[in-house]
Amino acid sequence: MENINLVAPEIFISLSLMSLLILGVFKENSSSVVYNLSIFTLFLSLLINLNLFSFNNLYLFNGAYKVDYLSNFMKFLIIVSGIFVMLSSSKYLKINKIFKIEYPILLLSSILGMFIMISSNDLMVFYLGLELQSLALYVLASFKRDDQLSSESGLKYFVLSALSSGLLLYGCSLIYGFSGSTNFDQISNNISGVQYGLTLGIVFILVGLAFKISAVPFHMWAPDVYQGSPTSVTIFFAILPKIAALSVFIRFLYVPFINLVDQWQTIIIFVSIASMVFGAVAAIGQKNLKRLMAYSSISHMGFALAGLSVGTNEGIQSSIIYISIYLMMNLAFFSCLFMLKRNDIYYEDLSDLSGLSKNHPILSLCLLISLFSLAGIPPLAGFFAKFYIFLAVIKEEMYFLAIVGLLSTVIAAFYYLRVIKTIYFDNQTEKFDINHDIGLKISLLVSTLIILIYFIYPSPLQTLISKIVIL
Amino acid sequence: MNFPILSSLILLPLIGSFFIFFNKSSEKNRTIKYVSIFITTSNFSLALYLWYIFDRNISDFQFIEDREWISGLINYKVGIDGISILFVVLTTFIVPLCVISVISTIKYRLKDFLISILIMESLMIGVFCSLDLVVFYLFFEGGLIPMFLIIGIWGGERRVYSAFKFFLYTLLGSVLMLVAIISIYWIAGTTDVQALYKIGIDQKYQNLLWLAFFSSFAVKTPMWPVHTWLPDAHVEAPTAGSVLLAAILLKMAGYGFIRFSIGLFPVASEYFVPLVYVLSIIAIIYASLVALMQDDMKKLIAYSSVAHMGFVTLGIFTMTQQGIEGSIIQMISHGLISAALFLCVGVIYERRHTRQIKDYGGLVSVMPKYAILFMIFTLGAVGLPGTTGFVGEFLILLGAFKKSFIVAIFASIGVILSAAYMLWLYRRVVFGKIVNDDLKNIVDLSKSEKTILWTLAIPSIFYGFYPEPIFNTIDVSINSLIQTYNSSLETYFAGKN
Repeated sequence: MENINLVAPEIFISLSLMSLLILGVFKENSSSVVYNLSIFTLFLSLLINLNLFSFNNLYLFNGAYKVDYLSNFMKFLIIVSGIFVMLSSSKYLKINKIFKIEYPILLLSSILGMFIMISSNDLMVFYLGLELQSLALYVLASFKRDDQLSSESGLKYFVLSALSSGLLLYGCSLIYGFSGSTNFDQISNNISGVQYGLTLGIVFILVGLAFKISAVPFHMWAPDVYQGSPTSVTIFFAILPKIAALSVFIRFLYVPFINLVDQWQTIIIFVSIASMVFGAVAAIGQKNLKRLMAYSSISHMGFALAGLSVGTNEGIQSSIIYISIYLMMNLAFFSCLFMLKRNDIYYEDLSDLSGLSKNHPILSLCLLISLFSLAGIPPLAGFFAKFYIFLAVIKEEMYFLAIVGLLSTVIAAFYYLRVIKTIYFDNQTEKFDINHDIGLKISLLVSTLIILIYFIYPSPLQTLISKIVIL
Repeated sequence: MNFPILSSLILLPLIGSFFIFFNKSSEKNRTIKYVSIFITTSNFSLALYLWYIFDRNISDFQFIEDREWISGLINYKVGIDGISILFVVLTTFIVPLCVISVISTIKYRLKDFLISILIMESLMIGVFCSLDLVVFYLFFEGGLIPMFLIIGIWGGERRVYSAFKFFLYTLLGSVLMLVAIISIYWIAGTTDVQALYKIGIDQKYQNLLWLAFFSSFAVKTPMWPVHTWLPDAHVEAPTAGSVLLAAILLKMAGYGFIRFSIGLFPVASEYFVPLVYVLSIIAIIYASLVALMQDDMKKLIAYSSVAHMGFVTLGIFTMTQQGIEGSIIQMISHGLISAALFLCVGVIYERRHTRQIKDYGGLVSVMPKYAILFMIFTLGAVGLPGTTGFVGEFLILLGAFKKSFIVAIFASIGVILSAAYMLWLYRRVVFGKIVNDDLKNIVDLSKSEKTILWTLAIPSIFYGFYPEPIFNTIDVSINSLIQTYNSSLETYFAGKN
């Protein structure tokens, strides 16, 4: 008998998802109820997830599903960011008239897909989770149906994502063909020596995964999709799929293919350097804040991959710390973006921030903190994220990666500074509304405070993550 | 555990800034002014008390606090020795003066300015106290944020350009230092400075690590050819910003050279001495010549800062007792005098809103008190005997003569040039006929300006005549620094033969 308790969060979310759907269909004007219940669902699944935190290295369904510290922690991150995303964006949805019952349900199903991805220990299960996650995201990206940009971004994301899924599946079939199994542990046992078919399979799967976290050279969709989607979906895009894909990266590279580290390490290093540098350089000319954040997230994913390329437990842990802090910084930034509202219109251009600090000192301060943190300036949390990465990278004496990465932070600092310059040094424009709902305020306050005071005592997060040992 | 006096020094301004942050930001709000003056002056008295109870006969670090910070990796460790205490006192001395000058001159967003200055003070004291490389880096880099805002918000016309240049130059230098710090962690197993002094760092890594640290400190000093951010930053920064920059921020680099470059990498330091000599000499002579040609007063003083800091680096890398002590005195003297000179420029800029030398002339007849004070500081910058400037430059030249005759000759040319540009500046601004009619009804120094300037003038003359208290404090520490330096060089060369 399998221990079904271990998948309790997934079961709980899928059951609530279906009941919410029924509720939404049969009860009129129930979008608000469904929305709030979805937040509640996430909250409950957070409790269930915390309950499972002590389980490690347990397998389910013939080894196709794995529950360990890594999966528990990543699910924890997913739920927390899901709650904050939903809390912060409800007013945005209402004003843009996309506050429909499908929205929270799609979010939940995407989160469910991510859970499956995170826990998968088998190529087939992994692919199922990935598709569940992506299908929901295609719809979400084009959720603002009347808007040309939103439809365009949904379509663009769909076409490119389908292509990458195809490549990924081809990679899966190659790996199956050359190793005789789809289970990660069995693949690891069956592999003997370097086979070109396997390497090719790894490359194809890495392409698919790199697409999901928008790493260069598979980043082309990110700026358009970030800009075109409703902001509430952009924040989702910026955070959650990356957490899920990163944990798949970890599991895929470090469980079945750790013996082929020479084969994939160069690829990851290349992708990492390309993302860091390209993200930093390409963001310089951007005028739209969401587009800017797309490039910034490309560059940040480069750093997370730098940690992964190391091939040690420290590397994995540093990547996970990085993504946890990245989550908070993005949350803070996008919460600020939700506050740029005047007469029911949301503003998202760099020039709209002009002179913000004179009218809205607190909001500007939050932006200042999150931007300097994104730039990695001490003593804010973003610095520590980078610090851990380079600690792991330099330990393995990969100086080239470290120096290129740090130089790219200098380039990146330029465009963050440009935003700060617009906020603090330029002349003021009109005031924005200040009647924000409590959920948005909470998510802004919490995320900014975490970034700001993280440096006082960085140990708890580190201790928690140091338990995640893959090798 | 004793009373954590160093952490209190670091935290006090931070707490003050919190308090100000939660206060109303109206123009008439006097609470924030009083609070900031109170906080900074009490921090100064705390620092003076620290100097008083500081044991001058111990070369090791004192008042050490050591707490776990990032578990298993890095400890929060602070402590001071004879070298750092003076910089702490200098910092706490300059900041209240800045605050007073800000309160009387800044017309808009005063609250934000005060918060920035107080946070700056915390970070700067942290730089001079920290005994762990990562903690040091945190304070060292954190200072960029408030300074960027000070230049950018309250600066002059080209403030954005200058703020960006300042930020990016410094950041670029520092990231390499971060790589070096992390490498040290893996090479030596710790970033604790005290422990690193004991175990030393493997010689084969020293050269690269030294260069990485050098890249950061050279930008901050600033040394030729990476000095170009300094004139821009100085010219555009508001008076108080220039004062902070010249008096304290530049000293971080000099302090870093003594504490880290020489202390941690003796072999590499010896290896790179010629490089530092050449760059210092170029800085001294080139910056002096450029200063001669400036039309803008602030720019002139900024270039003179580059030249004076050239003396400092030269003195440090003579590796002699005289040279290093001279450098420290030169840094303190430059801290007092350049701060005062920027304030002097600020005084007339407030009245006439121009910094062009040609717009002035004949101030002596309308502003006699100003003329006296300006004279004192000009002579201090020139290095006239009886001012701290003389003590510093003299000792540095003494140290340089001990090591290399040619270097000393070139450096002496710098002394002559500094007299030329400073006295010429003084003549053009203060003496002569009043050409510009607007100057006729210019007002002499106000009470607060007089207070600030005399407060700066008195120590720079006092320690010029009687530098004993300073020597007294630094002697033992410098002595042991040089001894360790020489002994590690001896073991290295003995091992080589």
